Amino acid sequence: MLIIKNLKASIGGKSILKGITLEVKPGEIHAIMGPNGSGKSTLAAVLAGREFVEVNEGTVLYQGKNLLGMAAEDRAKEGIFLGFQYPIEIPGVSMVNFMKTAVNEHRKHKGLDPLSASDFLKMMREKKEMVEIDSKLANRSVNEGFSGGEKKKNEIFQMAMLEPSLAILDETDSGLDIDALRVVANGVNKLKRSDNSFIVITHYQRLLDYIVPDVVHVLYDGRIVKTAGKELALELEEKGYDWIKREVENNVIA
Amino acid sequence: MNGKSEITEKYLALFKENIDRISAISSPYINSFREAAYEKFSELGIPTKKNEEYKYTNLNIFFDHDYKNYFIPEEADFVKAEEFRCDVTDLDTHGIVLLNGFYPTINEKLRQLPSGVWIGSLNEAAAKFPALLEKHYGKYAKSETDGLIHLNTAMASDGVFVYVPEGVTLSKPVQVVNLVQSDEDMFNQHRNLIIVEKNAEFSIIICDHTLSPKKFLTNAVTEVFVGENAHFDLIRVQNEHNAACKITHTFIHQEKNSVASSNNMTLHGGLIRNSTYHYLGGEGAESNSYGLFLADKWQHVDNFVNVDHAFPKCTSNQLFKGVLDDMSTGAFNGRILVRPDAQGTLAYQKNNNILLTDDAKMDTKPQLEIYADDVKCSHGATIGQLDGEALFYLQSRGINKREARLMLMFGFAHEVIQNIKIEALRERMDNLVMQRLKGELSRCASCMVKCG
Repeated sequence: MLIIKNLKASIGGKSILKGITLEVKPGEIHAIMGPNGSGKSTLAAVLAGREFVEVNEGTVLYQGKNLLGMAAEDRAKEGIFLGFQYPIEIPGVSMVNFMKTAVNEHRKHKGLDPLSASDFLKMMREKKEMVEIDSKLANRSVNEGFSGGEKKKNEIFQMAMLEPSLAILDETDSGLDIDALRVVANGVNKLKRSDNSFIVITHYQRLLDYIVPDVVHVLYDGRIVKTAGKELALELEEKGYDWIKREVENNVIA
Repeated sequence: MNGKSEITEKYLALFKENIDRISAISSPYINSFREAAYEKFSELGIPTKKNEEYKYTNLNIFFDHDYKNYFIPEEADFVKAEEFRCDVTDLDTHGIVLLNGFYPTINEKLRQLPSGVWIGSLNEAAAKFPALLEKHYGKYAKSETDGLIHLNTAMASDGVFVYVPEGVTLSKPVQVVNLVQSDEDMFNQHRNLIIVEKNAEFSIIICDHTLSPKKFLTNAVTEVFVGENAHFDLIRVQNEHNAACKITHTFIHQEKNSVASSNNMTLHGGLIRNSTYHYLGGEGAESNSYGLFLADKWQHVDNFVNVDHAFPKCTSNQLFKGVLDDMSTGAFNGRILVRPDAQGTLAYQKNNNILLTDDAKMDTKPQLEIYADDVKCSHGATIGQLDGEALFYLQSRGINKREARLMLMFGFAHEVIQNIKIEALRERMDNLVMQRLKGELSRCASCMVKCG
């Protein structure tokens, strides 16, 4: 699905990612954890195609294609979805119009005809039920006046609408109460299939009580310093990140 | 020279040359204002950039031009006007056509609608309803700073008259189609008077069109009286070619507990200046002033708003937005005056603008003068580019950059359009704005002007 090799990236000349190597296979859920400032969101930004991040070295292959050469919208149409840490409010653009345009762009890319208005509304209804979203979201402007929890639920709803092959959720759990957290996690679990993959970026282990990862990576200072199974998340929850930092520093000295 | 500019002299001379012809076809009451207005215009002159209210707008390019005579209609002129039909088919209105500021003569000049509402020619109404004219004409359009208002009073003789008697609700709006058409460059002025009495409800749509590609200058004044507890809506749709200059001055006088809204939708036009004056002249009145403009090439759009809170517990809202492309320029000047007695005032103002190029330019000037202490006022102005974060958000869902930009601009504009209460018109505006943003022409289909 996704093969990242020795990825180095910087923002405004400051080196953030210092050589990341990572492989995600179809059907897998990867969790990327790490302390603040370790480069988690930058990694998500590179994968989604944000222009403010400069890639200096390395390759990213997505389904065998060079991901870094693609525009953000093309990545989306190829099946990559980014769940935003801070979803953007867009006054005047209705959720219906937004999603209809996005879904039809995806369909066009696949050589399908646009959905009729009634089919589209039916799809919206089904997906809303699937991810347990309040129906009122749809008639409003994109994220405008949404609470923090509503915004994150809306990300999951959009994910359900677009059915990505690879979803990257950037700290979708931050600032959520337990109910919203459950909605987010249930959404992921319902959408998970044997042929799609998830990268769940999180600071806390909490989300991983609901979404069980196949692999857990710890990102620290722009590198993946530890990779293990789901038990690593529990260890981090218990012991914090300090022991990892010490381990890394000792290795550097050694 | 006596300190007056050459351009002002030109219009003083125009008055002298035409005043006999104009007076001959006008009602005596309207004529009785001319001499004093002439004097006032002579004193104030054509506004220049030295006038604080016109600081960002250079009128000279349109005023310093020799227009072929001052328009006074002949029968034949109105045949064309009669042929004009608005193509918004599901827009159900009582229609009025004005040609170059005059009411077509081949129709009934003044007609009565069900429930006792009168619409038609102002000049005709002056003869038929002298008491109404005496009560309202020239009572609200006042200015110590803007000579153009006086130039209009000095020379205008016709326009639209509407009278909505006490307690009457007109369910269908009145639609005025303002046509400007001539084979020669032309200057024209018209004058509208709208009277909405106590407990009445009324909305009016004014569509400004130009129908021939000549140089046109229009200087129009509209006076509106909104009685106690009455509701009034004005929607102006401006769709003119690049060689046309439209200057409108709208005075809305509100009594106690009345609600009035004005919405200026400027889609196209060479130079547009809309001055809207809201006078909150009774406790509990509410006024809303909205505006949206889309400008490109060398177009210039200037919105001037003056909200006068003269009584306690009144509310006012201003929302003006502009999208500027190419080397177009725009200005917004929003004044809120809260007089000493106007306690409990709520007054809001918002002006947001998007510049699509480095060459486009926007000037915005909020102006708050508050002389009461129990007042809640807010204002905010922004001039910027499209929000890069929002753009990326849309792109990250698979929407290409061009489409994403369009969606953002449309969303930006829709915030103003959504205040139009007439559904068919709101949809049409959404449509026209979308076409305009896509770079397709946005004029109504029946417009014949082929402008660039």
